Amino acid sequence: MIELFRNPNYNFLRWKWHFIIASWVLILVGAVSLWMKGGPRYGIDFRGGTLVYLKFAAAPELDHIRAGLNQEGLGSSTIQRYGRAQNNEVIIGSEQVGHEEEALDAGRQAILAALRTTFQVPADKLDLNNIGTDSLTDALLRFDPIGLAGQPSEAASRYRQIAEQITDFRDTERGGLLRSFAELRSVEGVPPAVVNTLEQRGSLSPFVVRNVEVVGPRVGRQLRQQALLATGLALAGMLVYIGVRFRQWVYGTAAVVATFHDVLITLGLLSLFNYEFNLNVVAGLLTLVGFSVNDTIVTFDRIRENVRLRRRERFMDLVNRSINQTLSRTVLTSGLTFLTVLGLFFLGGEVLHGFAFTLVVGIVVGTYSSIFIASPIVVGWLEPVRVGSPAGARAEQVLAGGRRPGSAGRKEP
Amino acid sequence: MSPLRWKATVILVTVLVCLVGLVCFRKMPDAKTRFYLPRSLDDLRTNVSERINLGLDLRGGMHLILQVQVDEAINSETDQVVERLRTLLREQAIGFQSIRKADPTHVQVAGIPNDQLDAARRFLQESYGGSTVAPAYTIGSLAGEESGLVLEMTPTLQAQLRQEALRNAIETIRQRVDALGVSEPAIAEHGRGEWEILVQLPGVDDPARVKSILQSTALLEIKLVEDGPYGSESEALVKTGGILPPDSMLLQELPHAHEDRAAGPQWYIVSRTSIVTGRDLRSARAEANPESPGTYQVSFSLSRDGAARFGPFTERNVGRPLGVVLDNRIQSVAVIQSRIEDAGRITGTFTLQEAADLALVLRSGSLPASIRYLEERTVGPSLGADSIRAGLTASGVGLLAVSLFMLFYYRLSGVNALLALLLNLLLLLAALAYVGATLTLPGIAGVALTIGMAVDANVLVFERIREELRLGKTVVAGVETGFDRAFVTIFDTNLTTIIAAIFLFMFGTGPIKGFAVTLTFGLLANIFAAVYVSRAIFEFVLSRQARPTTLSI
Repeated sequence: MIELFRNPNYNFLRWKWHFIIASWVLILVGAVSLWMKGGPRYGIDFRGGTLVYLKFAAAPELDHIRAGLNQEGLGSSTIQRYGRAQNNEVIIGSEQVGHEEEALDAGRQAILAALRTTFQVPADKLDLNNIGTDSLTDALLRFDPIGLAGQPSEAASRYRQIAEQITDFRDTERGGLLRSFAELRSVEGVPPAVVNTLEQRGSLSPFVVRNVEVVGPRVGRQLRQQALLATGLALAGMLVYIGVRFRQWVYGTAAVVATFHDVLITLGLLSLFNYEFNLNVVAGLLTLVGFSVNDTIVTFDRIRENVRLRRRERFMDLVNRSINQTLSRTVLTSGLTFLTVLGLFFLGGEVLHGFAFTLVVGIVVGTYSSIFIASPIVVGWLEPVRVGSPAGARAEQVLAGGRRPGSAGRKEP
Repeated sequence: MSPLRWKATVILVTVLVCLVGLVCFRKMPDAKTRFYLPRSLDDLRTNVSERINLGLDLRGGMHLILQVQVDEAINSETDQVVERLRTLLREQAIGFQSIRKADPTHVQVAGIPNDQLDAARRFLQESYGGSTVAPAYTIGSLAGEESGLVLEMTPTLQAQLRQEALRNAIETIRQRVDALGVSEPAIAEHGRGEWEILVQLPGVDDPARVKSILQSTALLEIKLVEDGPYGSESEALVKTGGILPPDSMLLQELPHAHEDRAAGPQWYIVSRTSIVTGRDLRSARAEANPESPGTYQVSFSLSRDGAARFGPFTERNVGRPLGVVLDNRIQSVAVIQSRIEDAGRITGTFTLQEAADLALVLRSGSLPASIRYLEERTVGPSLGADSIRAGLTASGVGLLAVSLFMLFYYRLSGVNALLALLLNLLLLLAALAYVGATLTLPGIAGVALTIGMAVDANVLVFERIREELRLGKTVVAGVETGFDRAFVTIFDTNLTTIIAAIFLFMFGTGPIKGFAVTLTFGLLANIFAAVYVSRAIFEFVLSRQARPTTLSI
């Protein structure tokens, strides 16, 4: 049997103040960072703006792109690489141009216009890398390379078929980007006459628009409010459930305080390391909430079980023993998840970076908060109650036997 | 039947139902889904990929949020009231000096003689007061020195008009999308009371075209041209002495109506009332323009009702110019040569696609109010394919790494964990297929969290069994207690997360919803797979041994 720990017996609660102080320091640092930067750095999901995802034929020179955007007055745009290096992918983001909702499309138009100028895409030719099937069909009908003007219905269906062949080949075989017209000659069902005509009338820009996200400022505000509402209600729902299941509100409260603590620290660190706060990060935060509560409940369940066994033991020792009993599970699960997330952080690329960072921080914080935040709250609340008030009457007989400080970690009565 | 047999039956039936749901249905050519047993590996792949709906982010397409400018519907209703009142009051022989729209919800009738004021009030109350249950307008006195009346649109009618505008807009957009031939579009009201419409169009690869088709109000009117053309707005006004003749308006020509004309777009004075509008159309289609080869035009035919008005009108006005007005821009002007019955055409230098698109929007009717785009997300088809590949690779590698670790750490029991994990994924996919839910990128994150919690459930059980064995329990008792104790914890953790997921589903937006759906199904499957099935396998293996003394864990 391979084991991580054999009968662990650590006095975790002795160190609680060190960790509580460390948590406060982290929260304060995050708060200061948030305060200095004027709140989280919202992504376009929450702020409104335009994101254009591009793929280039060759490794893109970001400085060249930046210069082109500057010339068109888009100097405030963000340019970043994403995905694997050999994919040559870039995201260009711009703030909302103007405040009117009508201007929603303006950002995209401006970015694309600047790129066309920068990469000298001829305006009077068809850009075969950024054309849809319908427009290509229409263009072929106009050029009529295989002379079907006499039979309009035949021409319409024939050219549509050819256009579909071409776009399908471009999107599935070539990853969205044709590099030369010669590539088209190998495509089945595309007559050489068509390729010749396209070579004359068309051009191949060195980039393709893969994805566009445009969010108006009002929708951004809505998304922000809704994400907040959903998360708040989810937290409240968990509080109620844990409260009912454990019959004592302190457990639910402690779990939610610990989770809230994790979210606060993660938010602060996101701000400190200048990560953008977008829907991906919200998904990460939700995952972290699920993970952290899960971890806390595992510990609490063990505490509850041990309380039912009515051992003659100080409550604090009982909690310590429960943490020790679940220690190998905690380390195994958290460790496995942490390794997966670490892989995502280093290999997942720019788009998932914020998501992965949220989880890397969240798993560490979520694991230690179950032990050093949630459990001390329960101990601090229940220990005095258990001795004096009627609410703790059931536990009192347990305590009546006296204090046995050394009992933590003992397995047999 | 022994309890173990009973369990085996439940498990086998569940697995069978899931497998059938996942691989044994296919969409037939008549768009119905029927039972279809896969006959080859290709069949199998097609069936599975058809059963799992992929979201726009995975398959490519457009996601739009539009806002209907519903106040325009109120504005145009008030305009119509002004026009109708003018005729009605004349018919009733009630004198007045002017009728005008004071603001979008108020119509002022000024200068009514004092002795007719009561009669006028009674008449307006009868025609515009509505019922007491659903009042339409409240009639009040005009403030100030003038004697007159004010019609104020009630909030009830305003709300009704807004709601109608939204409903009509959704209906019109649906017709246009259907005419575009997009498969499985989603068109629905969105948000709470902001007059928004959500449109999702999978597989669309020409976003600019689709957007302009959806957005065009397509208000077609045919009006008599009274004067023109003029080079500019001011030139026209100078000609008429600074004031337009009553019941007429100044409209600009579309720039591409005559490309050869060097002077640029021209202005015309046209009659305010339309002879026929888009509502009178019976059909519209694109056809080649015989006069200018290579360009296209839209020909239309009028309904019986429209033709009954158009025929006599054109007969009376032979020799005068007629303008085709689209969305308040003059599309073309032509002189009436002879009586026109029920057919007409809109010329211009259209390409085939432009003509086809115009015919499409005319057929689907005009939008009651203009729309604005609030949000747009377009995913190119190549990016969607890449995302699926990346997602599958990442999940595959993660699954493999976790499986290897479980086998290494828990030996034969790790095989059990692996089976439970695979069953969990099968249940999850089958649930998605049966419900017809959509798998999105955040949904894949939900699957990842499910896998994490499934592994956690196994770790909880196995660690607990080890603990019980360490206390000196027999193998059978250890397994039993281990599962019993761990079950409470697994149930609590999974249910808490499911409760959170349900709130996220109810109150979250698109991507958060996708996360919540897969997470909920995954965790429900987890409780079944990691507890019920895993335990049954342990019990089955132990029941085969006479007196088990060791357990590979």
